[in-house]
Amino acid sequence: MAKYAFFLGCIAPLRYPGIEKSTRVVFDRLGVELVDIQGASCCPAPGVIRAFNRTTWLAAAARNLALAEKMGLPIVTICNGCYGSLFEAADVLAKEPEQLAKVNDVLKTIGMEYKGTTKVYHFADVLYREVGIDKIKAAVTKPLSYGVAAFYGCHFLKPSSIKNIDDSENPHILDDLIEATGCKSLPRKQKTLCCGSGGGLKAAFGDVAKEFTKTNLENIQASGAQFIVDVCPFCHLQFDSAQKDLGFNIPVLHLSQLYGIAMGMSEDELGLSAHKVPVKL
Amino acid sequence: MIHIEVKSNPEFEKELAALGGADVKLCFQCGTCTASCPSGRRTSYRVRKIMRMAQLDMKEEIISSQELWECSTCYTCVERCPRQVPIVDVIVALRNMAVAAGHIYPAHKKTAVNLYKTGHTVPINDEIKAQRKALGLPEVPPTVLSDSAAAADLKKILDATKFDVICKE
Ligand code: SF4
Ligand code: SF4
Repeated sequence: MAKYAFFLGCIAPLRYPGIEKSTRVVFDRLGVELVDIQGASCCPAPGVIRAFNRTTWLAAAARNLALAEKMGLPIVTICNGCYGSLFEAADVLAKEPEQLAKVNDVLKTIGMEYKGTTKVYHFADVLYREVGIDKIKAAVTKPLSYGVAAFYGCHFLKPSSIKNIDDSENPHILDDLIEATGCKSLPRKQKTLCCGSGGGLKAAFGDVAKEFTKTNLENIQASGAQFIVDVCPFCHLQFDSAQKDLGFNIPVLHLSQLYGIAMGMSEDELGLSAHKVPVKL
Repeated sequence: MIHIEVKSNPEFEKELAALGGADVKLCFQCGTCTASCPSGRRTSYRVRKIMRMAQLDMKEEIISSQELWECSTCYTCVERCPRQVPIVDVIVALRNMAVAAGHIYPAHKKTAVNLYKTGHTVPINDEIKAQRKALGLPEVPPTVLSDSAAAADLKKILDATKFDVICKE
């Protein structure tokens, strides 16, 4: 049975716990064991913390990676930001021995060491490559027929030179994952446009971030989608919280929640009450 | 005609390289990045210009600019750059210099303080605890929030890497 160290991050457990819950249930149904990483922290966030102090970012990320290394497990994340951060930190530390040595000087102060071996995966990549579409289809107990908008976000696939998951300009993996439930992933303009919230843009220049979101919502509306399906709690938060101001009302689901619905989880278990845009199934 | 003298600044180049931005020198100013940039489409931010300013060692002008903080780190430019300039890494390096020189937005500082105080970028609250409980999850997630030794370890790392300096009033 496949087994992963489950990295929670911040936004899922502390703003949309339904995403955490759905992931736990769905992975269990698919025969993938998730083991909590006791004492993990923020990844730390690549757009802000890494931009403030790269040394802090790398050392704190290394602490998270070392916790999983001690468990002897690869990490799975449910957030593009956590994935971007931990994947990149692991990549730097695997390729640059001087950086690893520096980080270990810091970790020594807390009696830890990172050997540089932890692998980091995005949950959608695990679903696609390890579990596979056939097994997902077989686990669907309540086939769905919604037309939905697949929202990839940025740090799931990019930078593609190190991630190598899918074509970053014309991806298909999330569409395929969505369609495994019976839903139709509808084509639209500018499918890979950023939600706007990354890089600290939302915090410092919220109105600019909303301009990104608005273009996305216009394109999604024009496609006729009934739901937005994302793979990142930060994109999820942006779409869910900005729509009222922007005059849209398209409910937002994390892929784990869409799978939860298709696998017969009850509405209460999906944590939909935390959503600002009401989700009616 | 106005002549602006651009002096080379080897210190800046060294600092930029140490922070992961050395490859800005590969940029040949084609403009593909700016043409691809969703932020530039909506603001006065021109990423090609920042890359050129970095090549010309215009540290002060860059680190005091608002534009430096208008990148959403979407990586569209990085995917398309014909010279494989790690543009986001360059932006991150420049932002590190800006923050070290005291240029930080209040909202960003708040995020930094959240991390420093709690180990997460957003705080937990009673409403979330209740939602978690209703879902059958532990009220407090199994992170630094429910492990004081782990929280203390994280704080030591933040202090050892001088993150506390950013968080001070
Ligand atoms: S796309 Fe690359 S080479 Fe072209 S201007 Fe931008 S950074 Fe320079
Ligand atoms: S990563 Fe930043 S500079 Fe590059 S296209 Fe995206 S917003 Fe523009």
